[in-house]
Amino acid sequence: MLAFIIRRLIQAVIVMVVVSLIAFLMFRFVGDPINQMVGIETSVEQREALRERLGLNDPLILQFWYFISSAAQGDFGVSYQFRQPVADLLAARMPATLELSFVSALFALLVGIPMGVYTGLNRGTALSNIFLSVSLIGISLPVFLIGILLIFVFAVNLQWLPSFGRGQVVDLGWWTTGFLTASGLKALILPAITLGLFQMTLIMRLVRSEMMEVLRTDYIRFARARGLSARAVNFGHALKNTLVPVITITGLQLGSVIAFAIITETVFQWPGMGLLFIQAVQNVDIPIMAAYLMLIAFLFVIINLLVDLLYVAVDPRIRLTGRSA
Amino acid sequence: MSAGPNDDPDLPVDNAARESRAMMTVRPRGFVTRALGSDLVFAFLRSRLTVVAAIVTLTIFLAAAFAPWVAPHDPFDLASLSLLDSLTPPAWENGGSASYILGTDDQGRDLLSAILYGTRISLAVGFASVAFAAVLGITLGLIAGYVGGAVDSVIMRIADVQLTFPAILIALLIDGTTRGLFPGLTREESAFYVLTISLGLSFWVQYARTVRGSTLVEANKEYVLAAKLIGLPSWLIMLRHVLPNVVGPVLVIATINLALAIITEATLSFLGVGVPPTQPSLGTLIRIGQDYLFSGEWWITMFPGAMLAILVLSVNLLGDWLRDALNPRLR
Repeated sequence: MLAFIIRRLIQAVIVMVVVSLIAFLMFRFVGDPINQMVGIETSVEQREALRERLGLNDPLILQFWYFISSAAQGDFGVSYQFRQPVADLLAARMPATLELSFVSALFALLVGIPMGVYTGLNRGTALSNIFLSVSLIGISLPVFLIGILLIFVFAVNLQWLPSFGRGQVVDLGWWTTGFLTASGLKALILPAITLGLFQMTLIMRLVRSEMMEVLRTDYIRFARARGLSARAVNFGHALKNTLVPVITITGLQLGSVIAFAIITETVFQWPGMGLLFIQAVQNVDIPIMAAYLMLIAFLFVIINLLVDLLYVAVDPRIRLTGRSA
Repeated sequence: MSAGPNDDPDLPVDNAARESRAMMTVRPRGFVTRALGSDLVFAFLRSRLTVVAAIVTLTIFLAAAFAPWVAPHDPFDLASLSLLDSLTPPAWENGGSASYILGTDDQGRDLLSAILYGTRISLAVGFASVAFAAVLGITLGLIAGYVGGAVDSVIMRIADVQLTFPAILIALLIDGTTRGLFPGLTREESAFYVLTISLGLSFWVQYARTVRGSTLVEANKEYVLAAKLIGLPSWLIMLRHVLPNVVGPVLVIATINLALAIITEATLSFLGVGVPPTQPSLGTLIRIGQDYLFSGEWWITMFPGAMLAILVLSVNLLGDWLRDALNPRLR
């Protein structure tokens, strides 16, 4: 068990080192950092002085070390386009992205699991077929198209919900939240559905196929033979056993939540990190791109680690055999 | 839907399972014979939805390939554009014109023609990036599986790390980096190549893993041993003897991948880092149209969107069906 965790930790560290190396190489070699920082009127001597002061003439290994150690302290340099520290920019945008991801994950779980259970239990009914068709659409349609369709129906035609921005937010000093105002909550609905739809279909299909698998097993037949109520069998015994893969997949899919957040945020002009990143890509703002890459990698590594641990906690078989996943 | 008891068409989750399934699927020798055999044709005709999907896909492919002849107008011919015609609604709406069946966009381009040309670009990028990803993935997978050892570890570690990142993120990073490295490139010239490379580099892992898996199996077989004994060089054994026997499952991956590549290209273009508005792909058209959604010109974004949805859905259905049909375990 301990060996398993340690092995996972080492892997996580390796991933982080590789990703930060990529980020560093981007930062260092894509465009000249000096040119980006100074104006046209800066003389060659001044540029050289700045180069020396920033340590850009040091050996690469040493520069990489500076880069990592300052990144570890939350210093990712200054954005080329905003002339502000990247860390501040990201910190200001983070609450928006996290709130959006949280609500969409909630939506995906709370809608996806019941739909999966229903379609797993009632195969071939009309409602099941409708659910499955919807899920096929959810998987096939690009995220941005779903967003535009939702905007077209609910914002343009029905005018029920806002189509962009976060609405009114409450500033808690270190965190801005949209949860506390009516307009903030309304603004969350469409982006959260857009972002969560793919996850929802994924979870629904997963729960469905797992349910169908589990319902065929002997212990379910035995539970039925014991005369347990359908509810106890379906939910107490069957659903419980489908949840292990659901946890894993949901966790691992958080990565694509973050990726799709970039798209959703662009469609809805949601002022989160994804929108910041897209602007950075468009304007070749390398410090932001590098910082975002490392931040995402860090999140992934943490999530993967947590999922592994959760997996071990939920499924005793892994603990017993002690093999790595 | 090409429903089997086990259908979870597009779950990225399922990759490992799908790969192992796909690997079992195609017994190397029989692949071509089977593909042309009556079994497959029979299964194909029995699934009505698949037939519809195939017809739709084929129609779109042809219409896109022959866009210059099929399209009623040439959207790139600036001389024929008139701003007076801009934002004309579809023919059946008030103020519509019969010469612009689906209406025009903000520059007076005929939307139907723009969509046909846009599909052409989307498909070109899709096919090119799938081909690139397949070649790269197959090569690296072959090498990793055949050579083994440290080479194998390095390639597969890179694949593992990359797999944790979503394709769209990788494509975005590569796109941004390329344009930072070559600031002289203009969008118009470079978009196609940058997109193809970004998409290709973000999709190779699946091919590499599958091919590596089957190569590991094949490399221990007697015919490979025989080839080694008669002193053939490694690259020749890989290329001439192992490759034909491991390449079967790649077809299934490639079909499913094509849909994904089309979506990703559209997404990148929609995000403004893909194909430029002067030669719009479907994603670019949708992006242009989104600004007009609120002023009532819904058609600029909705028709390209519908085209994209139909295209992706049909290709996905075909891919699903192909996977199921080639998988004896589901029969």
